[in-house]
Amino acid sequence: MLVNQFLLLAAVLFCIGVYGVIARKNAVLVLMSIELILNAVNLNFIAFALRNGSTDGHTFALYVIAIAAAEVGVGLGLVLLVYRNRKTISLDDLSEMKG
Amino acid sequence: MASSQASRANHVLNTVVNAVAPWVNPVIDYHALAPEMVLAAGLCVVLLADLFMDESRKWILSSLAGFTLLGAMLPVLTLGLHDTDVRSMFDGRYVVDNFSLVVKALFLLAGYVVVLLSSNHVEEDEYWRGEYYFLLLSSILGMVMISSSRDLVSIFVALEFLSIPAYMLAAWRKRDIKSNEAGVKYFLLGVFASAVMLYGMSLLYGVANSTLLVDLGKSITATGSLSSLHALGIVFVIVGFAFKVSAVPFHTWAPDTYEGAPAPITAFLSVASKAAGFIALATLLFVAFPQASDVWQPFIWVLSALTMTVGNVVALRQTNIVRMIAYSSVSQGGFVLMPLAVAGINNGGASALRAVVVYMLIYAATNLGMFGVIIAVSRKTRSAEISSWGGLFSYAPGLGALATIFLASLAGIPPLGGWVGKFAAFQSMLTSVSGWGYSLALIGAVNSVVAFGYYGSVMREIWMKPVPDGDTTPIRIPGSLKLALVFTAATTLVLGILPGVAMHFGDIARLTSAFGG
Repeated sequence: MLVNQFLLLAAVLFCIGVYGVIARKNAVLVLMSIELILNAVNLNFIAFALRNGSTDGHTFALYVIAIAAAEVGVGLGLVLLVYRNRKTISLDDLSEMKG
Repeated sequence: MASSQASRANHVLNTVVNAVAPWVNPVIDYHALAPEMVLAAGLCVVLLADLFMDESRKWILSSLAGFTLLGAMLPVLTLGLHDTDVRSMFDGRYVVDNFSLVVKALFLLAGYVVVLLSSNHVEEDEYWRGEYYFLLLSSILGMVMISSSRDLVSIFVALEFLSIPAYMLAAWRKRDIKSNEAGVKYFLLGVFASAVMLYGMSLLYGVANSTLLVDLGKSITATGSLSSLHALGIVFVIVGFAFKVSAVPFHTWAPDTYEGAPAPITAFLSVASKAAGFIALATLLFVAFPQASDVWQPFIWVLSALTMTVGNVVALRQTNIVRMIAYSSVSQGGFVLMPLAVAGINNGGASALRAVVVYMLIYAATNLGMFGVIIAVSRKTRSAEISSWGGLFSYAPGLGALATIFLASLAGIPPLGGWVGKFAAFQSMLTSVSGWGYSLALIGAVNSVVAFGYYGSVMREIWMKPVPDGDTTPIRIPGSLKLALVFTAATTLVLGILPGVAMHFGDIARLTSAFGG
């Protein structure tokens, strides 16, 4: 059964994604790391759907893909907004408010 | 090898076809869905009106949004008065019961107050109005949906539905760097949290072979002992919601987002968005994981204790009133988590749920009112520093008195609403008769005393300090803001003087024992 390998791959992707969110300072790279996590989730859903022989997982994965697209749309819009006002997308420079 | 793969592909195809083949139209209860449909129609009208209307007449949009919300309240009332207690649709994936009705009413009324707070604020801004109300209504529609969702898919979709417009609203003032920062921080942490939550959901789906919350609950009882996948999934899902309700240590976005976002949106995020997170969390804990309290109970205990304490300690040294209220709302979140931490002990579920609902109702009225006062005062002072509130009572006695009422209610002084909320929370801690409950109640009691420190310092500014710049022209409050202030102040006072009313709503929510699942 190949399902275990898929789950393992998803777990590795998830960990890389979490590392990326924590370590990266560039807003677009953080966004890409989040996409990695979401794709790990999709892999998980498909693998479990195969193992369980049900279609709920496929449906859920479709929803995740659609909503992830909407999230990226909003996210890139926000990044663009910041770039226009500050000419940088480094998260370290987003420190107007502290405390 | 090749043939086994072909048969596998066949098998997968068959499962898909078999699952699709017996298609029956789902029975749709239009009465139960009426609030959602009114909201959906209303937000389309707002969007279209914005497209075709002359710029000078766009003030109508705020009234349209307000009427949409009140219009959606009507079916909620008729559903509440109707005899049918539980209306379950789509195999129990979308359930309209008394619990969800009480919560829907909370979201709709909170949304209405936010529209009242917004109308002048947005009007006097240089930014666009139509999209503002459109996004606000979309977010409220997501909240109304999440209170009825009893399935992982619908919870996820409703959560994103309420979050994505909120990200845009936080970054509303496009040319203001602070607002940009608020939006980006909220967005990145919010999306990260929902991704982590989804990973947990995928694990839960894997072990339960269903996305229905009731089936998840059954899979945990059936296996008897918890599998490690269950535990991991539950922890990831709770972490996801902890971000949403800004529980420490997942609160880092909250103060910056609250400070940078437009003030009415800050009120909206700190009340409605937070309540939605708590409602979804409570639904999951009570419907999907009631048998797994060994996993979530210590986790929520720690979250609650940390949230109350850290929120309070940091609030003590704030000089900006919005930031102070932001940290205070973090700490108030800890009090809502408190009853959930003992929900699994000695059948404490019922009183815990009641405490959560009562606390959310009262906190919503009080915090929205406090933001109303902040918006009114900053119309004159153009500043959010606490020191700019000096001598408020001397030149604006009405606002000074209202601010005192709201602050005292947040601090939990009888006979104001906040006291009843705290009472319900502590009551459910003590009825659990356990070390977990007593110890957390003690931490909560210490924290409510500490909270007097910063609420009191604002009151001292209002009553005793001189006016900082000597400018004592009275503050002119626009009509909609006045209505919002009167409404929230009346709710805060009535719920405090007649605690039975709030408890009654809590009890209605409790009557549906298993969430109608």
